[in-house]
Amino acid sequence: MSLDPDAPLRFSPLHRLQWEEAQQRHVILYPEGLVELNATSAEILKRCDGEHTLRTIVEELERKYQTEGLTDDVREFLEIALENGWIETAA
Amino acid sequence: MKTAGSKPPLSPPRWLLAELTYACPLQCPYCSNPVDFARHKEELTTEGWKRVLSEAREMGAVQLGFSGGEPLTRPDLEELVAHARRLGYYSNLITSGYGLSAERIAALKAAGLDHIQVSIQAPEQDLSDWLAGTESFAHKKQVARWVKEQGYPMVLCVVIHRHNIEQMEGILEMAVELGADYLELANTQYYGWARLNRAQLMPTREQFERAEAVARRYKERLKGKMKIYYVIPDYYEDRPKACMNGWGTTFLTIAPDGAALPCHAARELPIDEFPNVRRMSIREIWEESEIFNRFRGFDWMPEPCRSCDEKTKDYGGCRCQAYLLTGDMTATDPVCAKSPHRHLIDQAIAEAEAPPEAPLVFRNPKASRRFFET
Repeated sequence: MSLDPDAPLRFSPLHRLQWEEAQQRHVILYPEGLVELNATSAEILKRCDGEHTLRTIVEELERKYQTEGLTDDVREFLEIALENGWIETAA
Repeated sequence: MKTAGSKPPLSPPRWLLAELTYACPLQCPYCSNPVDFARHKEELTTEGWKRVLSEAREMGAVQLGFSGGEPLTRPDLEELVAHARRLGYYSNLITSGYGLSAERIAALKAAGLDHIQVSIQAPEQDLSDWLAGTESFAHKKQVARWVKEQGYPMVLCVVIHRHNIEQMEGILEMAVELGADYLELANTQYYGWARLNRAQLMPTREQFERAEAVARRYKERLKGKMKIYYVIPDYYEDRPKACMNGWGTTFLTIAPDGAALPCHAARELPIDEFPNVRRMSIREIWEESEIFNRFRGFDWMPEPCRSCDEKTKDYGGCRCQAYLLTGDMTATDPVCAKSPHRHLIDQAIAEAEAPPEAPLVFRNPKASRRFFET
């Protein structure tokens, strides 16, 4: 199943995304678990606010990092995030 | 390669287990509390716990479990939860659910609690109530429903042993019925009261393999709906678990009286006195205390661990298991097939085929006092 580029994405209400000062990175927290994120992954997840889509996240990140061709990488990460339940498609 | 006597690298604690009290209305015969828990009566005050939470958070702890005994017996629980939320912890209430009302679940949510882990002993009333030593089954299921209704991730925990392992399917169906988001199937680990009752709790290899197959089938079927954590019974493995992710690397337990432990079972080790938060800061305890440094790194290891290429994976296994079975806390975990003491595990496995008749010893203050009163 491939991710619809125009489906709004939101961060899971059963997980928490937060900045950890001691680790100098974002982490995802959930029951019995903790995932340490690199800067790019955090930038993607922070945008999963119920309004952004794959397409708009890519647009913003390409602007922010002044680059092109991020679609495949962002899609791949979002699909992993969906599979892990960190994000969901907003109905 | 590290030179002998060099200091192993220090990582900050990530996981804090706050055992608020040893008081508990239940009497589970596999409780992980030390068998002599009734010896330790002086609980930390509210202010004492707040300081523990603040100091551990400052060092980097982020996952927090409120445990016990039964943490609901502390009337200041909501205040501690609110303090933890302000500090940025992700906090979990590990509870029997006994006496928990919908109102208190809501109050804890308002205070900032992230999730509640409810334990149920078995999927049917008589067995569950017998194991808990109290009539509690129906209410526990009600609590699980309230937890779910109020928007928490619902985490159900069932400890597995020979009295309920045949009901693995019933346990999984109960988790489905209650809408669990997470199910922890915790095969009994033989510490504390469980070690005392091992002969009456340990399943046979055949029972274990059948149950594991059921759990695996549901895990596949429920993928994406329910996350199943299957805690393996390490006696049936041939390599030890990487206990606590290595001593003094990740986990910190604070016992009700303020004793700081590298894991919640460590109080059974032959160590006269653990560092206490009443006298030392969390930083001093973590970085400088002799006990937290004792099994860090690899220099403390005996053979066969010392020259083993798997030591970076399992850190020599569990110090408590080594001590409880061999009498030597520096020994290789006897679960390891390379351990000279592996026969002790094999004996226990053989004994599970025909366990001696003996009653279960239920966990309560009266039974506990026998371990220190003469």
